[in-house]
Amino acid sequence: MGKKLESNFTNMVVVLFAISLIASAGVGYVYTLTQEPIAKAAQAKQQQAISNVVPGEFDNDPTADMWTKEIDGGVLEFYPAKKGGELVGTAVKTFSNNGFNGYIEIMAGFKPDGSIYDYSVLKNNETPGLGSKMNDWFREGEKRDVRGKTPGTAGLKVSKDGGDIDAITAATISSRAFLDAINRAAAALQGADATSGATQQNQ
Amino acid sequence: MSHIKTLTNGIFRENPTFGLVLGMCPTLATTTSAANGMGMGAATTFVLVMSNLVISLVANLIPDKIRIPAFIVIIAAFVTIVDFAMQAYTQSLYEALGLFIPLIVVNCIVLGRAEAFASKNGPILSMLDGLGMGIGFTLSLTILGCIREFLGSGKIFDMTIMPEQYGMLAFVLAPGGFLVLGLLMAIVNRLRKSN
Amino acid sequence: MEYILIFIAAVFVNNVVLSQFLGICPFLGVSKKVSTAIGMTGALTFVMILATLVTFIIQKSVLDPFGIGFMQTITFILVIAALVQMVEIILKKVSPSLYQALGVFLPLITTNCAVLGVAIQVIQKEFTLLESLVYAGSIAIGFGLALTIFAGIREQMELIDIPKGMKGLPIALITAGILAMAFMGFSGIVSI
Repeated sequence: MGKKLESNFTNMVVVLFAISLIASAGVGYVYTLTQEPIAKAAQAKQQQAISNVVPGEFDNDPTADMWTKEIDGGVLEFYPAKKGGELVGTAVKTFSNNGFNGYIEIMAGFKPDGSIYDYSVLKNNETPGLGSKMNDWFREGEKRDVRGKTPGTAGLKVSKDGGDIDAITAATISSRAFLDAINRAAAALQGADATSGATQQNQ
Repeated sequence: MSHIKTLTNGIFRENPTFGLVLGMCPTLATTTSAANGMGMGAATTFVLVMSNLVISLVANLIPDKIRIPAFIVIIAAFVTIVDFAMQAYTQSLYEALGLFIPLIVVNCIVLGRAEAFASKNGPILSMLDGLGMGIGFTLSLTILGCIREFLGSGKIFDMTIMPEQYGMLAFVLAPGGFLVLGLLMAIVNRLRKSN
Repeated sequence: MEYILIFIAAVFVNNVVLSQFLGICPFLGVSKKVSTAIGMTGALTFVMILATLVTFIIQKSVLDPFGIGFMQTITFILVIAALVQMVEIILKKVSPSLYQALGVFLPLITTNCAVLGVAIQVIQKEFTLLESLVYAGSIAIGFGLALTIFAGIREQMELIDIPKGMKGLPIALITAGILAMAFMGFSGIVSI
């Protein structure tokens, strides 16, 4: 091994500066390389979530037709899926702040008649193994399945609160938050259909 | 011969988790499932190998007094690179590990090996040391993850071994991490003493 | 009111050591005596609030405006390392008595992942500056709480006959596990 560089002031400043410069240049380069894949991955995930929750095929780009609505201190995002100009379903990115550990985010899909087609949980901090089961729970069995139900008409509440849905075992709060998010999306969608939805479809 | 010794040193004798007892935070936090533990181990291995390589190459150019900050910058650069790469190509793992990816930078194993090994040895030996340590770390994390996932949810690598309702949820949560690691460490201690 | 919620959440519900797994190394390392545990907490509180303040300002006034958010990890860890050094030097000059009490813990704090963890967390959670500082202080207090309880238990444990293989770290980890179970009772009270 060669001799070590001396620890005088100029050496230290120059070396540290050079290392920082090279490190930042390297990181910056990798950043520019990965920026596109990162954006693409996020977009692909979004697209996947949308096509999972709307019925059948669609030929438009729901992301391009996206519209938003501010509600309860947050923003709902609506992704209309159309085939040949006809609305086949709407995916709604909805949320609830009432989860066991706060914020949850759900992509809920509605048929044009307002019934739920499917859903997918995008973000949750619920207790692993309890509240985090919501991704599958509300699809299994008659008393749990929310699919096909129409919020507003059917009792889309947990059975403890007098509704029709069985809550996740030992995670009633998470279940309430889940249904809260779904109901919020449905209510906003119905309200929007009554006012602006009709004109939107004609476009 | 000494190459092989350097490599296996990190896997068995000076295993980061059970021998050196370093990097406890990610060890406990990311082993909620076998796959997460393995992912964390792989990310750390990459940082270990690359930072060991670079540091062994430039060690002579760095004056002694600024050694530590210089090492930290190099390590942080590789951690950021891993961060971006995982975000781009392994999104769900990235979300599961979350905060603990940037925190690889303060994982004592990485700085510890840079200081204790890479700054004194050549590039090939340093890389092997990093690789050995990384594999040792990954093995420990994967084993820990397997045990916790199995006890907690009856699965290993997401494959159901026994029905989920028999799982003891506490093992996936925080207390289980401490308990399983404590018991494993006791077993390792016992085995080492009897050898 | 909001600050009280942050305080409760950070100290009890999301306790930094027992539920977030940050700062485990000093938690296991300096918890053999209650007096050192308190000293460590003091030093950590000081550094954590200061580090969060500085990194927050750097994030908002340098990294964000110039669009170089990718430099976050490098900048933050360098700032924290430099800050710890500076605090050590200043403390030595200004207050030798305080330095004697806290000095030995300062070098340990650079590698305490809780400091960097909190600095990144407050950016991710999009806190305001004041919220961030309250959060940082509360996290440090939560750390102190866990550390002090833990040190108390370990002091008592010195007197107990423990199976050979369990001595030292294994029994400490199991104790921490039981402590974590106790803290799980707080979960769900408030959330941030």
